[in-house]
Amino acid sequence: MKEKRIGVFVCHCGLNIAGTVDVEQVVEQIKDYPGVAHAEHYIYMCSDPGQELVRKAIKEKGLDGIIMSNCSPSLHQATFRKLAASEGVNPYFCEIANIREQCSWPHAGDKETATRKAVAIIKAIIEKLRRNISLTPLVVPLTKRVLVIGAGVAGMQAALDIADSGYEVVLVEQSPSIGGHTAQLSETFLTGDVIPGLVSPMMSKIASHPNISLYAYSELEDVSGYVGNFQVSIRRKATSVDESKCNYCGLCLESCPVKTASEFDRELAQRGAIYIPFLEALPQRPVIDRETCRHFGGDKCQACQEACPQNAIDFKQEDTIVEEEVGAIIVATGYELFPCTGIAEYASDPDVIDGLQFERLLSPSGPTSGEVRKPSDGKIPEQVVFLQCVGSRDPEHGVSYCSRVCCMYVAKHALLYKQAVPEGQAYVFYMDIRSDAKGYEEYVKKMVDEERVLYLRGRVSRIFRDGDKLKVWGSDTLTGKSIEIAADLVVLATAMVPNPGAKELARKLNIIVDQYGFITEAHIKLRPVETLTAGIYLAGTAQWPRDLPDTIASASGAASKILSLFSRRELLHEPTVAVVDPEVCRGCGQCVAICAFKAIELDPVKKVAWVNEAICDGCGACAVTCPSGAMQHRNWTARQFFEVIDIATAEYV
Amino acid sequence: MRIQISSRTLQSDFVKKVTEISGQDLLACNQCGKCSAGCPMCFAMDLLPNQIIRLAQLGLEEDIAASKTVWLCASCLTCTVRCPRGVDLGRVMEAIRLITLRKNIDYVGAAKIPKDTISELPQIALVSSFRKHTA
Ligand SMILES: Cc1cc2nc3c(=O)[nH]c(=O)nc-3n(C[C@H](O)[C@H](O)[C@H](O)COP(=O)(O)OP(=O)(O)OC[C@H]3O[C@@H](n4cnc5c(N)ncnc54)[C@H](O)[C@@H]3O)c2cc1C
Ligand code: SF4
Ligand code: SF4
Ligand code: SF4
Ligand code: SF4
Repeated sequence: MKEKRIGVFVCHCGLNIAGTVDVEQVVEQIKDYPGVAHAEHYIYMCSDPGQELVRKAIKEKGLDGIIMSNCSPSLHQATFRKLAASEGVNPYFCEIANIREQCSWPHAGDKETATRKAVAIIKAIIEKLRRNISLTPLVVPLTKRVLVIGAGVAGMQAALDIADSGYEVVLVEQSPSIGGHTAQLSETFLTGDVIPGLVSPMMSKIASHPNISLYAYSELEDVSGYVGNFQVSIRRKATSVDESKCNYCGLCLESCPVKTASEFDRELAQRGAIYIPFLEALPQRPVIDRETCRHFGGDKCQACQEACPQNAIDFKQEDTIVEEEVGAIIVATGYELFPCTGIAEYASDPDVIDGLQFERLLSPSGPTSGEVRKPSDGKIPEQVVFLQCVGSRDPEHGVSYCSRVCCMYVAKHALLYKQAVPEGQAYVFYMDIRSDAKGYEEYVKKMVDEERVLYLRGRVSRIFRDGDKLKVWGSDTLTGKSIEIAADLVVLATAMVPNPGAKELARKLNIIVDQYGFITEAHIKLRPVETLTAGIYLAGTAQWPRDLPDTIASASGAASKILSLFSRRELLHEPTVAVVDPEVCRGCGQCVAICAFKAIELDPVKKVAWVNEAICDGCGACAVTCPSGAMQHRNWTARQFFEVIDIATAEYV
Repeated sequence: MRIQISSRTLQSDFVKKVTEISGQDLLACNQCGKCSAGCPMCFAMDLLPNQIIRLAQLGLEEDIAASKTVWLCASCLTCTVRCPRGVDLGRVMEAIRLITLRKNIDYVGAAKIPKDTISELPQIALVSSFRKHTA
């Protein structure tokens, strides 16, 4: 290999480096080191005059490698590599010797040690650079289509943002209709938007959008590939209704003899085995739930088939698998509620319900047509107790976090209850009120000022049935009194927990979930809508409990990240990845097992490992695992490491 | 009334002893009040269980000593199993009782119990009471 002509540039970083490291000494000791053709120091290398010095030296001394001795590569590696490239030097012949974070800062006050160490660091990097090979970034093709998983408000908003920008979206929803939990709500807090007015237009836009392919009643079967090039297969569950024949007359629905609890109405109403989950459901087409259908239970029932004038019922229909190619994926799988039975001391009773059940009671299209009635006997409840933080903020029996939305929707519930039953009394047991967004505090205060809702500061420890009343034992910590209320209805604001299927989905996508099952973001503050796997994004309550404004903001955030990705023609990938020497590899497969990015495959015929460079993150785990030394990291070979280690430890051996 | 609190009262010997004997972190309690809501003895208490632990957090030993609450606590441990923060309040109550008893102060004097009461009470109740209420 031809010897490189290396230039070393030592930065003072004001006094950050020069206050501790004797930069003149460093230049003095480096300038005659083998391979070094030029060495100098300057106050700020990253500044325009600093960069000008580097350019001048490259030209005048004919340098073909530079070592920038300054701060961490995460700060200015990109700056200096760009500079190198603009002067015709291969950017991978520009290396950073970090003498700030790894030298001057930890050794502040000890100039002698720091100076000696700075010299060693630079020499070590010189040895590495001497052995660097010239590289060019890998070009990866980019499929400008997006898969969105989950069609709640988060998934729908992201899909619309992307589709409206001209890109195709594949939207997969596991239940028979899109809409998610928002479709179950009565109206929104603060704005009082009625849900059909809010969600239905969004849903119909999705259903009719030319850029959106909607797969309802479908699930993600499998994923392979990487950013820009994912291959996904989607399982379309058999609906048992031939879509091409059905004209949505609804006759089948009435004919079905089965009555089972409606998921949409949260078990407060019933549905048939063939059903459309709710009035405004989209797609408006019936599905047969094979779990409850008598025909599939072995019975001879074919009532719906007989009722259907279109002959659309197809008991023999099978699941189908469709394949799609996409460049990016959004996970928007939403939330579920912690079960009411999760806290043992609260009676399991028809009149102890959760927040979404109360939403159904309040909803004009719900089982009581919007009248607030007790599930047990249909009477109007006159004393209603709302409990906040059920399962939330309770690390012993539930989850330790705050579910963020319940303080607000409980206020809404109290308001809507008072509007429905003006002479009734509402009580709210709370620990503290979290009303931290625009207009929220005023909204909650209104419930006390105008609606005379009684807020009691304390938790409830027991709910039990006493005749036609429910006894609620709570405390009011502000007076130090234990309280008993004879209630007609108790509404539990249960914790928001992740969709239970999210864990399995995350496993397929090779993304991470936290201890609860919420999807983990790449960085909670700086990269909140990305996952650590390139090309996979997240939106809405799949990540963390949040209300609609926050859900929509995160969905639009994820969409805009993808639009910015799609603004490129193709993707560039770092070439500093792992490579296998097929002559040396003995096919043991240890690298395949260690790779967190699933970038390595074993060729079944040749029995050698093969690295998909577009997926490889360059972490190096495989290279250190490989027992035969066949796997090497480009520009960080074992040889380079040993040279670096020899210099770094020379003082101690 | 205004009371003085300072780092000294917050780390008083009393606070240290309660913490040590009970093995509980008093500041783990966030005063949600669930213990008091379920306590079967609260009907007779002058201060609720959550108020006792609050007073202990603040190091207000005298206020606790003036209250009957810790002596009325039946050690049923309802509060302990329901506390969302995992505070074993039953042990805190016991620790406070022990601190008083170790000063050789009896809460119940055997001599002062009326004869009628003694004859009415089952033996086991008397034994438990002496165990719990006498030094
Ligand atoms: C009682 C109650 C009242 C509320 N009231 C208000 C209010 O008044 N105002 C407000 O702003 N917010 C309110 N909220 C919060 C609001 O419901 C959420 O912010 C919103 O629904 C979050 O939308 P999402 O799309 O993230 O999740 P979801 O609505 O849960 O949607 C997720 C979707 O993904 C689908 N899905 C899940 N897993 C998969 C999978 N593996 N494959 C395919 N599809 C999948 C689900 O079927 C679902 O359709 C309330 C919440 C509750 C519990
Ligand atoms: S009866 Fe037939 S055509 Fe009518 S909704 Fe049912 S499946 Fe469709
Ligand atoms: S939002 Fe309010 S009710 Fe819900 S967990 Fe947080 S504090 Fe409790
Ligand atoms: S239940 Fe636990 S956290 Fe709540 S007030 Fe009682 S001791 Fe404190
Ligand atoms: S242990 Fe004592 S304070 Fe706790 S619930 Fe039982 S009686 Fe009440």
